[in-house]
Amino acid sequence: MSLSFQDLILTLHQYWGAQGCVILQPYDMEMGAGTFHPATVLRSLGPEPWRAAYVQPCRRPTDGRYGENPNRLGHYYQYQVVLKPSPHDLQDLYLGSLREIGIDPLKHDIRFVEDDWESPTLGAWGLGWEVWCDGMEVTQFTYFQQVGGFECKPVTGELTYGLERLAMYIQGVDDVFDLKFNDAGVTYGDVFLENEREASEYNFEVANTERLFHSFREAVAECELCIERKLPIPAYEQAIKASHMFNTLQARGVISVAERQAYIGRVRDLSKAACAAWLEKPKGSSA
Amino acid sequence: MADFLLELLSEEIPARMQANARNELARKFAECTSEAGLKSGPIDVYSTPRRLALIAREVAEATEASREEVKGPRASAPPQALEGFLRKTGLTKDQLAERDGVYFALIERAGRPASEILSDTVRRIVADFPWPKSMRWGDGDLRWVRPLHGIVAMLGEDIVPVEIAGTASGATTVGHRFHHPGDITIGGASDYVEKLRACHVIVDQEERERIVRDGAAAAAKEAGLTLLADEGLVVENAGLTEWPVPLVGRFDPEFLDVPREVIVLTMRTNQKYFACTNDEGLLAPAFVCVANIAANDGGEAIAQGNARVLAARLADARFFWEQDLKIPLEEQAKKLSGIVFHEKLGTVADKVERVAKLARWLVEQEVVTASPRHSRESGNSASGKRTGTPASAGVTKEELADQVERAARLAKADLVTGMVGEFPELQGVIGGYLAEAQGEAKAVADAIRDHYKPVGQGDGVPTTSVTVAVALADKLDSIAVFFGVDLKPTGSKDPFALRRAAIGSIEIIVANGLRIPLTQALRGSLANHAGQSKDSSPAHRLDRTVPEILAFFADRLKVQQREAGVRHDLIDAVFALGGEDDLVRLLARVKALQNFVETEDGTNLLVAYKRAANILKKEEWNPSDVKAGEAPPEEILLNDSLISAENAANEAIIKEDFSAAMAALASLRKPIDAFFDKVTVNVEDVGVRARRLNLLMRFRDAVNRVADFSRIEG
Repeated sequence: MSLSFQDLILTLHQYWGAQGCVILQPYDMEMGAGTFHPATVLRSLGPEPWRAAYVQPCRRPTDGRYGENPNRLGHYYQYQVVLKPSPHDLQDLYLGSLREIGIDPLKHDIRFVEDDWESPTLGAWGLGWEVWCDGMEVTQFTYFQQVGGFECKPVTGELTYGLERLAMYIQGVDDVFDLKFNDAGVTYGDVFLENEREASEYNFEVANTERLFHSFREAVAECELCIERKLPIPAYEQAIKASHMFNTLQARGVISVAERQAYIGRVRDLSKAACAAWLEKPKGSSA
Repeated sequence: MADFLLELLSEEIPARMQANARNELARKFAECTSEAGLKSGPIDVYSTPRRLALIAREVAEATEASREEVKGPRASAPPQALEGFLRKTGLTKDQLAERDGVYFALIERAGRPASEILSDTVRRIVADFPWPKSMRWGDGDLRWVRPLHGIVAMLGEDIVPVEIAGTASGATTVGHRFHHPGDITIGGASDYVEKLRACHVIVDQEERERIVRDGAAAAAKEAGLTLLADEGLVVENAGLTEWPVPLVGRFDPEFLDVPREVIVLTMRTNQKYFACTNDEGLLAPAFVCVANIAANDGGEAIAQGNARVLAARLADARFFWEQDLKIPLEEQAKKLSGIVFHEKLGTVADKVERVAKLARWLVEQEVVTASPRHSRESGNSASGKRTGTPASAGVTKEELADQVERAARLAKADLVTGMVGEFPELQGVIGGYLAEAQGEAKAVADAIRDHYKPVGQGDGVPTTSVTVAVALADKLDSIAVFFGVDLKPTGSKDPFALRRAAIGSIEIIVANGLRIPLTQALRGSLANHAGQSKDSSPAHRLDRTVPEILAFFADRLKVQQREAGVRHDLIDAVFALGGEDDLVRLLARVKALQNFVETEDGTNLLVAYKRAANILKKEEWNPSDVKAGEAPPEEILLNDSLISAENAANEAIIKEDFSAAMAALASLRKPIDAFFDKVTVNVEDVGVRARRLNLLMRFRDAVNRVADFSRIEG
């Protein structure tokens, strides 16, 4: 029997936990991708080794489809693994995780297809691939080169599994809402369909843009305050918040093409400042 | 002598980079070994997703020992010069020889063993390999396209020792990632390819390309289908696989409602699948994908999995298509006022407005008529669907003008559709389909689809009236307005593809025999833009901009006509006359000129012309008073011939009968040759000399009225 959605997560936790990863819980903030989690962005900077794995809910307001599209969601999960320095056998470790969740690479066609990653709001980029399983992108595999405008040294290897897609693949399901969430008859739709409907309505039709703009400005101001006070983590959290406000404003269609770049630049400046402050901060638990 | 093998094993190299990487590997290897004086035979290079390999045949065992005498400073030179020379040569003073007050050093180099040089070569190749993008990994500093895992470097059966950033060379590599995950030991260049083949890796990309090309076609055929050949996909799939296995998959025929181009593009771009057609040449609901394994279930799960991914993609495409169908193109066109065409040139809506005006003008001025004056051979129309008959034949000028304007106003509307948002390369195509779906005239829909044509060399040139007008207006407008704000192509930079636009315009004009006064058309475009612009600067630049554009067209015309065998100097010779902005007439003149200068008369006349022009130039001659009187018969004959040739040439040019104009020039050949043969120009009698120089000047000017012969080479 194929893995349920929650067993998929548990299996990955077991596997990466055994590789020395800290198994973290989702960050308690809204973000567009698992990469935004401080355990990836901030920890990829500086010389200290780091291994972590976690599930991160991702909110992409513009991708919402009122629960009517079998493949698109405004809220979904990513499974994120970061290993610093990237180990020599990272590809093999990754392939081991696929075997663990039931994908036989002699039956299914696993491919590493060029896909370079760049996040303009984080001032970050890396090289790697999207990993294909029978033509479907199941994972983003990246070697970070820069984050917050700083060279990553050592390099962090990042794996981002699209959990819903992967589960749909393993379970042989064509509609995300038909995924079995557990083995006791609960589907993904039971858990999230209503959320998708309401979130889409909120994001596309209801959200008060004046207050969103206000929140954006507040987050910017708070971030700047934290930078001034040399508090990189709260500063970065405010950057995450600003980024999410920007995404929601985009979904409401109130940011013009010309303004878009300016907003992205604004968030990037915040992220960079937070990263700079993080690098300056002395590290070590005894400090 | 032994064969050398190098394999650089890494994580997956992007498919698009492999061809260039192979070339660079061969080039750098040859460069490094030849610099070191190491001789080797032919070089073969290979690539797979995980390895870059080179085999050099018959590598010499060592370089030859050499002796070389190097000249040093004079013995009388300051001591610093000698010190420097000793440092450079690594010798002491008593090892130098002194001859005629100059020091000489005898440099002896022992032969270096090949292994040592190859070791250096490998190090240098890895150290500065020109990957388009490279990266670091782990905690190292080495850069490679993706993490480097191993180096096999062997000369004959011996390992060439080299260590790069902790990776030491050896004889060990790996086979196929899944079929043969363990290490394998290579014996040398002689068994490399076959050992890897036994471990499910086909090293030679050309062999993999053959398997993909032939295997995909065979798989389609077996399923009763015909593969749509696509060499780009062949190379890409070969670059993504070490053991390519083509497999056929199917999709739901319901998706065939979506435009064919969308389906083909989704499959090609997103999934790297080949499309297939059925017996009637229609798109079949099937695809061929290329797996990288010989799957243990025969590939059933892979084909099914790929089919599901494709279904999701096509469902997305269909969603966009259905959304787009709901909105009329004129509604979409309104949104173009929100899209910036260029910050100095307003919005796309502004552009549409200008193109509509210019396109309509082309019809009103009868540059474009309902039945094109002279269309190229039939069956060469822009779209395979049409026959040679122009879609708009039989319509009145006013109807044609209306159709042209409508097509121009809708031509860019698809830029705001969801479909073009997803697939920008389908601009035009989507608009054409939507226009058909909303019941536009076929000529209008065709024009919307094809107005970007011709896009590149070999692309069909529009030949139906509505398309011709819109396609030409669109291109001329871009050229005019970008030049108008000084955004001209420079050197290798042409960010707005104006050269392509000019070549496209020329092709449309020439193929359809359009008699377009370019100066007037360009002035019109610039004036239209000036009318839209708050800033009045474009308007008063008219007089400067138009000649710039005409010169730009002349350059492009030379490039475009080179393939047709038209000499660029002859184009210059006609362009230099000035005032000619009708490309059809210009080319007719150039062709007549080319026919003429390649005859014996032409060659001789050119010689005489140059002689006359040189004399006049040397004298810096200006017409002056002459002395009447006795003239030798050759002078009289030239004078009389000039009178009739001038008249005949002028008349022929007015009638645009350029062959006749050339014939008139040809009639001067004998008289001018006889004149140079028998008559001395430089006589003592100043009056007679002036008369003869004046005569030569008339000869030169008469020739120049047909073409500026001073520009003609040879």
